[in-house]
Amino acid sequence: MDPILSSGDTAWMLISTALVILMTIPGVALFYGGLIRRENVLNTLFLSFITFSIVSVLWFIYGYDMVFSTDIWGVIGAISNPFFNGVLESGALSSYAPTIPQGLYAVFQMTFAAITVALISGAVVERMKFSAWLAFVPLWLTLVYMPIAHWVWGGGWLFQMGVLDFAGGIVVHLSSGVAALAMVLLVGIRKNAKLLPHHLGYSVIGTGLLWFGWFGFNAGSALGASNLAVSAMIVTNTSAAMGMLAWVLMDKINTGKPTLLGALSGAIAGLATITPAAGYVNVTSALIIGFVSSIICYYAVSHLKPLIGYDDALDVFGIHGMSGIIGTLAVGIFATPLINSAIKGGVIAGNPAQLGIQLLAIVVVGLYSFIVTYLIGMVIDRTIGLRVEEEHEVQGLDINLHEESGYRLS
Amino acid sequence: MKKIVTIIRPDKLEDVKQALEEIGCLGMTVKEVKGRGIQLGITESYRGTDYKVDLLPKTQVEIVAKTEEVEKIVDTIVKNAQTGCIGDGKIFISPVEEVVRIRTGERGEDAI
Repeated sequence: MDPILSSGDTAWMLISTALVILMTIPGVALFYGGLIRRENVLNTLFLSFITFSIVSVLWFIYGYDMVFSTDIWGVIGAISNPFFNGVLESGALSSYAPTIPQGLYAVFQMTFAAITVALISGAVVERMKFSAWLAFVPLWLTLVYMPIAHWVWGGGWLFQMGVLDFAGGIVVHLSSGVAALAMVLLVGIRKNAKLLPHHLGYSVIGTGLLWFGWFGFNAGSALGASNLAVSAMIVTNTSAAMGMLAWVLMDKINTGKPTLLGALSGAIAGLATITPAAGYVNVTSALIIGFVSSIICYYAVSHLKPLIGYDDALDVFGIHGMSGIIGTLAVGIFATPLINSAIKGGVIAGNPAQLGIQLLAIVVVGLYSFIVTYLIGMVIDRTIGLRVEEEHEVQGLDINLHEESGYRLS
Repeated sequence: MKKIVTIIRPDKLEDVKQALEEIGCLGMTVKEVKGRGIQLGITESYRGTDYKVDLLPKTQVEIVAKTEEVEKIVDTIVKNAQTGCIGDGKIFISPVEEVVRIRTGERGEDAI
């Protein structure tokens, strides 16, 4: 039976695409923007916005093909339609989601690519040259994101091995989290590395937009207006909620008072962790996943980071990286064909081998992302230079890099 | 002529302003400042790390007055800004050499 376009699926996927766009612009932007010093707010917001633009352009020139087109040796896709030539004109349906147009699948996937790169910015804020970031985005997108996304989602070798990543635990969170770590080691510790958010209100708005948009991210990854989408939406929300509650509990136990930033961070940890599992697990699993992940991330951020001493300014590794790892492993444990008949399931479904595949993916993707990101960073550092002059860092990036001020209050 | 610089709790500004108005002292300049005396600071906590913040928000009120009115003004401020707890603030009085009213160019005590 030939696939035909479903207007219900297409409508939902159009909305999901828009939801995920909202997550980057301005979700992540605002979330990060509230956490840094007021003199750097515009630069911080800018990093997310400019990332979205660069990825948007490159994706439709060659990016979509490199990830999703005909597989070459399990490593990368062939660039069969540069500049997306003919695809829109043909009205072809997607081979990955046969009830929606190929163009729609492509633009939906573009939003994932964009947010993955934008997430990394949170680690290097307040001290990275804008020109260095402009060079970083296309290089990382092409050399790190595209191969990894192809391996996991585009029919590449990890996909062929049976790895499960519903909406991006490996492709988005692990890859960006580990990349953040590599960049942080290169760009160095800020002169003022204290976390004193200048406007937590922005972070609240950012988190709200992220949570809202995440329904597009996870439920949209069901690729249709289906039961699976509903299931994904519910477990996503459950994990977020448990994540928030767990972090609030950790705050109370460790520092005496529940904090709003803690609540927001916990929700995001919950959301990020459920991402690879959203279409494979049930509510009970989601409760556990959200709770456990938030606690681990809490300690990664409050104890591990100060212990090792790296300046991952906004905890991209501590929250996204860690969540990517935990969530990907959780899939190996909690995935069940009762939720998604297309899979064999994980440990609880009597298929412990899945956990092994997940672990392999984490190790390989983690190493790949770290090493290649580090190399990219080194090349940029040797040519353009990664870090701003000390004087600019102290005075603030908005005035020095952009000749703008975030708060001209008169 | 004297300059009276007073640092008070921000929530006391309305009371002090009202009371000064009642004794005929209308002119003033008000600034929001941060500072400390012997009042201990507060602790803020972000992602599990505590930060001591010991410069607390205060309000600084500056008044220039004729020497004979200073005592009345000081008494009014003290009575209305006082809570009895550490952190009530201070008043500093210093001499003023000259006062000029910009609108008319008047000088001296009449320009206050």
